[in-house]
Amino acid sequence: MKLIGQRGNAVAALLWLLPLTFLAVFYFYPLANILSVSFSRLDGSWVAPFLQAFTSPSILHVLGFTFWQAGLSTLLTLALGIPGAYLLARYQFRGKSLLQALMGIPFVMPTLVVGVAFNALLGSSGWVNLALMDWFDLVAPPIRFSNTLTAILVAHVFYNTTIVLRMVGDYWSHLDPRLEQAARVLGANQWQTMRQVTIPLLLPAISAASLLVFLFDFTSFGVILVLGGPRFATLEVEIYYQTVSLFNLPLAAVLSLIQLACTLGMTVLYSRLSTRLTRPLSIRPQQYTQRRPITWRSKLFASMLVGILVILLTFPLAALALRSFTHVSTGRDQTTAQSGFTLDYYRELTINRRQSLFYAPPAASIGISMGYAGLTALMAMALGLPSAWALARDQSSSFNRLIDPILMLPLGTSAVTLGLGFIVALDQPPLDLRASWLLVPLAHTLVAFPFVVRSLTPALRSIRPRLHQAGAVLGASPAQVFLKIDLPLVGRAVLVASTFAFTISLGEFGATTLIARPEFPTLPVAIYRFLSLPGGLNYGQALALSTVLMAITAAGMIAIERFRIAEVGEF
Amino acid sequence: MHKFSLVCLITLLLAACTPKTPDEPTSLTLMTHDSFAVSEAVIEAFESAYNVKLQFITSGDVGTALNRAILSRDNPIADVFYGVDNTFLSRALDEGIFEEYNSPMLANIPAEFQLDPENRALPVDYGDVCINYEIAYFVEHDLKPPTRLEDLLLPEYRSLLVVENPANSSPGLAFLLATIGHFGEDAYLDFWQGLVANDVLVVNDWETAYQTEFTLSGGSRPIVLSYSSSPPFEVLYAAEPMDSPPTAVITSSGSCFRQIEFVGILRGTQNRDLAEKWIDYMLSPTFQEDLPLQMYVFPVNPEAALDETFERFLSVAEDPAFVSPADIAANRETWLQAWTETVLR
Repeated sequence: MKLIGQRGNAVAALLWLLPLTFLAVFYFYPLANILSVSFSRLDGSWVAPFLQAFTSPSILHVLGFTFWQAGLSTLLTLALGIPGAYLLARYQFRGKSLLQALMGIPFVMPTLVVGVAFNALLGSSGWVNLALMDWFDLVAPPIRFSNTLTAILVAHVFYNTTIVLRMVGDYWSHLDPRLEQAARVLGANQWQTMRQVTIPLLLPAISAASLLVFLFDFTSFGVILVLGGPRFATLEVEIYYQTVSLFNLPLAAVLSLIQLACTLGMTVLYSRLSTRLTRPLSIRPQQYTQRRPITWRSKLFASMLVGILVILLTFPLAALALRSFTHVSTGRDQTTAQSGFTLDYYRELTINRRQSLFYAPPAASIGISMGYAGLTALMAMALGLPSAWALARDQSSSFNRLIDPILMLPLGTSAVTLGLGFIVALDQPPLDLRASWLLVPLAHTLVAFPFVVRSLTPALRSIRPRLHQAGAVLGASPAQVFLKIDLPLVGRAVLVASTFAFTISLGEFGATTLIARPEFPTLPVAIYRFLSLPGGLNYGQALALSTVLMAITAAGMIAIERFRIAEVGEF
Repeated sequence: MHKFSLVCLITLLLAACTPKTPDEPTSLTLMTHDSFAVSEAVIEAFESAYNVKLQFITSGDVGTALNRAILSRDNPIADVFYGVDNTFLSRALDEGIFEEYNSPMLANIPAEFQLDPENRALPVDYGDVCINYEIAYFVEHDLKPPTRLEDLLLPEYRSLLVVENPANSSPGLAFLLATIGHFGEDAYLDFWQGLVANDVLVVNDWETAYQTEFTLSGGSRPIVLSYSSSPPFEVLYAAEPMDSPPTAVITSSGSCFRQIEFVGILRGTQNRDLAEKWIDYMLSPTFQEDLPLQMYVFPVNPEAALDETFERFLSVAEDPAFVSPADIAANRETWLQAWTETVLR
């Protein structure tokens, strides 16, 4: 018994080696460095900025609002995501993989582009308002969207629903429907079955997805700035303001610490819950769990839900894509505007009209983005798989219980703070990475890694321990058990996790713009370059490049779906 | 998928470690903000003249890039920093990141641009932040366009103006400074109160103001805070060729704020000689003439010739409002707080 315990510890140590080294070097070291540099700039006592943070009404208000909007956004995201997950998990219908691919696109879109998209649809001169004014003979636009809390909430739902769809939907699609059928046979109605059987079984996936959605909303930056407008601020926005506008680094450091403490609090709460929630399941291949909608009720449900998802998640982007193929020529008075089909903006993308040094043709931007994203996915998996495995194989270990919440910290860390941390800390050989392109995939991996861990751990935990024991009894080493039993069983979750890592990198803008080399612009960086210049041609090119980003995201998702069906995804 | 990622990875790795030749040029590193742009030919000319390879490090907006330079001043990441403007100049000078350099080129540059008497930061270019409006809107509504800041308080311009938040946006801050310079510290808040009463819309960034809320981009506000250079660029980068700009600028006395961008040699550089050569080059007509089309800003060197489009369509601000960098640094937080209280609460 003792021997096995020691061997188990050795395996755990080996599993944790790489992930913890990575976090120590690329997360804790830079973070500690920037915090200490920030505090060293204080004239007086270090208590002062803490006092300032906790007594200033405006900062307390920011803290309260950060929690409030994140909680509300998470609830709304779940309200749409869970029925959507049910649809994707339990029904087989034509166009489903296309739908799934489309649902993933919002996740990678830069916020400035999403701002343009929502405004084109819902702004005071947007299509919806113009149509309503036309139909009901109104003088003023009836819907006020930009600079409202509603805009923030809608944008968060728009961005994060795909997290719930993927994580819960995937878990759900492997739940054995016979459990629900048994409950129905035993006399439970549909609602009772849902409440007493299905939801409890799904809780591990639902809580993991909620945590990620909450943390994304909690640290929201671009959405708040672009769609919320100047009256709303989250902690992340306040940290940026204190750092960049006022250069009050001590106060910014205190705010970063508060944000970290909240993140830690949320994740500790989550870990407490999740260990109690998880139970081993017999997971079933999808072909046994899914059916076509046959009854009129299931058909109605399915088509309504598809309708809502498509309207909310794809209409705003479709409007953008459409606009990127439209040329508008306005006469002297606006009424004579004429529009028609054009490929001018796309053609223009391939011309270096200004002979600019940092010009990157779209193919190069795509290659750069894909390269970073591929590298991020590889690194995040290399770190995330061993971590998730170590977490799943021994839930009672006190070390694991301690480490689990810490893995999530990068998600709750301010990009501005950590970006400066890289500069301060990674400045000596062999780690003088300040001017290296490697910083980009490293930073992306820090965000993607917690995602990978969270989406893999529930799946790995749901494997019955008896399978491991049987493997061990038959003489398999832990590595063999993992390769022959765990990996095939969770192959699908591995693909979901890699997809997340890939798309996180593809869409990341905030940290990228701080560290990307100008000669290697990613797609979001290149889009932003066009959007920050006046002139209709620049605007059109920003939309064209956004459409390219949408297209390659969708293509990537469809490719991954295909890959899954063909190879390891199923068993 | 995986194969493709691998190919990309290898490509990136190869790009990062191209073999070095024995006759290797020295390298000079320029740190700047992410709006930096320059023509290939202009850089090549400098590189071949001095057998040097230029490296560029861009990091976010001006404020962020400057913070990076300050925090790495003990172990500088670059030789030269370009792009700090007069709203951030005092921060850079107070933190002592620049070495003094009395460039011979300064003789050609008007004194009004030389804000640092010790020549640690040398002016390179300027841009005027001004109120723009869409001409067609005013023609269609048979309305006379505003010509002074005071006009914006008139009832006929109610709900027509969108501006940027000075706390987060560089043109936003410039406009707040214009109102402080123009109306004075005692009266600028009254002007802003008037704007609020006249339903001004405040957004966080130039992109949201100009590319979504401005009527020209399909928004509902025909008056927008932008740059005096925006109208000629609407002609230069029009989707369909046009004879004259669709927008115009208010340039009356005191209505604009001039942002001047500076360059400086970072303290502790090992390449002082080359850094001096580079700064002289930035102030020479070759580089200066490249500025407008690349970065949408204008040369401080009067010898630099402007493109014909600018000669025709650029309205230069008459007598822009002025607030000194020292005043800006001393009062930035107070002014921003007062503005927030007045406009957003």
